[in-house]
Amino acid sequence: MTGTPAIELRKINKRFGPVHANKDIDLVVGKGSIHGIIGENGAGKSTLMSILYGFYQADNGDILVDGKKVSIPDSKTAIALGIGMVHQHFMLVDTFTVLENVILGAEGAALLGGGVSKARKELSRLENDYGLKVDPDALIQDLPVGLQQRVEILKALYRGADILILDEPTGVLTPAEADHLFRILEVLRDQGKTVLLITHKLREIMAITDTVSVMRRGEMVATRKTSETSMPELAELMVGRSVLLQVEKKPAKPGKTVMKVDGLDVIDSRGVKVVKDVSFEVRAGEIVGIAGVSGNGQSELLETLAGIRKASKGTLWIDGDQSNLGETRIDPAEMRDKGLGHVPEDRHRMGLITKFAEYENSILGYHKDPKYAKGPFLDIPAIKANANAEIEKYDIRPPNCQLKTANFSGGNQQKVVLAREIERDPTVLLVGQPTRGVDIGAIEFIHKRLVELRDAGKGVLLVSVELDEIRSLADRVLVMFDGKIVGERGAQADEGELGLLMAGVEGDAR
Amino acid sequence: MSAGQLPRWVDFGLIPAFNLAAAFLVSGLVVLLIGENPIEAVKILIWGSLGYGEGIGFTLFNATNFIFTGLAVAVAFHAGLFNIGGEGQAYVGGLGVALACLALDRYVPWWVTLPFAVLGGALFGAAWAFIPAWLQAKRGSHVVITTIMFNFIGAALMGYLLVDVLVKPGSMQPETRTFEEGGRLPLLNALLPGDFFGTSQVNLALIIALIACVFVWALIWRTRLGYEIRTFGANPAAAVYAGISPVRITIITMMISGGLAGLMAINEIMGAQNRLLLEFVSGYGFVGIAVALMGRAHPIGIVLSAILFGMLYQGGAELSFEMPAITRDMIVVIQGLVILFAGALEYMFRPALVQIFSFARTPATQAV
Repeated sequence: MTGTPAIELRKINKRFGPVHANKDIDLVVGKGSIHGIIGENGAGKSTLMSILYGFYQADNGDILVDGKKVSIPDSKTAIALGIGMVHQHFMLVDTFTVLENVILGAEGAALLGGGVSKARKELSRLENDYGLKVDPDALIQDLPVGLQQRVEILKALYRGADILILDEPTGVLTPAEADHLFRILEVLRDQGKTVLLITHKLREIMAITDTVSVMRRGEMVATRKTSETSMPELAELMVGRSVLLQVEKKPAKPGKTVMKVDGLDVIDSRGVKVVKDVSFEVRAGEIVGIAGVSGNGQSELLETLAGIRKASKGTLWIDGDQSNLGETRIDPAEMRDKGLGHVPEDRHRMGLITKFAEYENSILGYHKDPKYAKGPFLDIPAIKANANAEIEKYDIRPPNCQLKTANFSGGNQQKVVLAREIERDPTVLLVGQPTRGVDIGAIEFIHKRLVELRDAGKGVLLVSVELDEIRSLADRVLVMFDGKIVGERGAQADEGELGLLMAGVEGDAR
Repeated sequence: MSAGQLPRWVDFGLIPAFNLAAAFLVSGLVVLLIGENPIEAVKILIWGSLGYGEGIGFTLFNATNFIFTGLAVAVAFHAGLFNIGGEGQAYVGGLGVALACLALDRYVPWWVTLPFAVLGGALFGAAWAFIPAWLQAKRGSHVVITTIMFNFIGAALMGYLLVDVLVKPGSMQPETRTFEEGGRLPLLNALLPGDFFGTSQVNLALIIALIACVFVWALIWRTRLGYEIRTFGANPAAAVYAGISPVRITIITMMISGGLAGLMAINEIMGAQNRLLLEFVSGYGFVGIAVALMGRAHPIGIVLSAILFGMLYQGGAELSFEMPAITRDMIVVIQGLVILFAGALEYMFRPALVQIFSFARTPATQAV
């Protein structure tokens, strides 16, 4: 790994409006190595790779390929520079053959004949060199995903890629297929290709990479030789050790059980089981935190409990009221009637309608409440009065209920959602990522409110990828890994221990 | 700058004005090409549609049709649904109106028939929208495709009914008998003193159209159902989060939309033709899409753009009469250009305007 690096990034910055997706990123990728980039969803990995592949332009910073400074305005340029990308979601034409897909965009001439026969020869060469065996005349739709991915790799190699970027390549693969992919990557490396592997799975990093860089919230926080690091260290780096905001709170006085979940299974739209036999309970007057690296089933768990997703099996009790989640989906409106409040993980996608005024958002989910109705009509003065009261109580700024919520800052948007859900006096409040994209002042305010809610004898289920948030708020911590709850710890849980649980390295036998 | 925010007056005033100006500019070039004077043509068009009572009457009559079909598209639009089936829904709505009139016209005065005709038109139009809505909500078949197909099915159904079932006995024309007094809406000309509207067919349906505007406004912005419709249209994920059923909203919204389209027949069948006949919708349903887009899916905007399109239809007829070189087909070209610019290319000028306005607002120092 001596000589000029294959890729060098210097001070790359990229903003999307108020979101700083990449902050001063420096990265050196050695030639002929497998370099892993790890980080949680939303850490900025994909943005960085899109910059490298010409989908986005960096706001500033330099890109060096083989030691030469280059600008990559589009993917064509990237391909010309020898950079190939295998996307998370395959960019293949299902009804075309392997061969047709490989030459797509590189047909060579108006008539296909010459290009096709050339490609056929080239494919058999690639097959011999790298052991990438695929039937060139098979239709993509007939191939299993593992082979489809191989076609993506072949596409990149056919275009002369020396540097291969793989974005979350194992997300759709079975373990056996993933192992096979890793063997292919090793062969590629041994033949002198450079591989950039983007993932949020620690195991893969440890299994295959030579070097690993960790991204967190748009920043490159560390680069390590894989042989000199460990899963716990990487887990900790990924999740971060942000400024610890100590929350003032008295010890919890847990009362009766207000929410109980038993044997919950959830299967997502791809047919993958994402929540596996999860059981737990939340008692009145306690905050139960669910920790875990994002993408381990927490989001699905929360959405299922809120009634947004259908479970395949499981029973739920809210305040003693039993429902069988496996049989029918309990509508979110019914869940609210049962006494459940829900602050969703993604306020923009779900918690708010950003082009609606604040007062219109303040009744989302509660618009059928007789308080806000005059017959079939909305009682707009009553809604506004209530919205203004919430604005006052939660210090939402600017204090104007006519303003579209798109024009509020992240923290104030979150307060709008929180006010709406807490002021309806729920028995149990589900809270997802309450402080994601929220400024420090608002974080403190939001944490205080959640503790107040607990002290008022309500149950709170908190899902957060911020380990510090979980540790400072939760009275009990459940750790999720791969859809299962792998451990439970008390309020004073040790960070290192939680890190190991989150990485799936060890778990309580359950 | 968040996704191109514009001041309201630009969004609702300047952009439609630009679109219209562009349409007329291109139309002017076309008129010039065939050797006529475009300025003169515009004069005739405006005089023909607004210059005298009878012309105004025809303009308003056309506008009434456009208000109904425009509102129909707008309501669906608020739920994020694109109802292309106004044409067919209005056509089948005509059946409902005609059946009410044929059943009652010999026995009761028009004002007794009217509520039944309104109900009939709305119900038949809604029923015609129900099937595509159900297919979309339950089976995921896209309403754009199914509503278009239902236009054809509707045309075939009506053709069959008019030729074989409803036709006046002994007549060669595929149309029903003419309604008696009790199945005719009074013309405004007869209600008003003097002879202002002349022979034009503008009738009481105009008032019903304006009531429908108020109804749509209140529905969308003042009722719980309207809130659910808008929520579903703006952010379907948030609607599910709020416990709003996408199936229910899709079906209800499409039926309201179809019902409004069906009411167009009140104007055309009960108000003007006084009999059910083939192809009476003649494109009003499709142009309603452009009317709704140009009117920004708001009742006031829809009234204004309906009047504009009413003028184009009436003034255009006048124009082809005065300038023989400008044939009926040329008028269709001009109308097509307005639809193209106001409808299909609605947002053509928007990015440029967003840039101009965001540039004007943020000081140049920000451009680091």
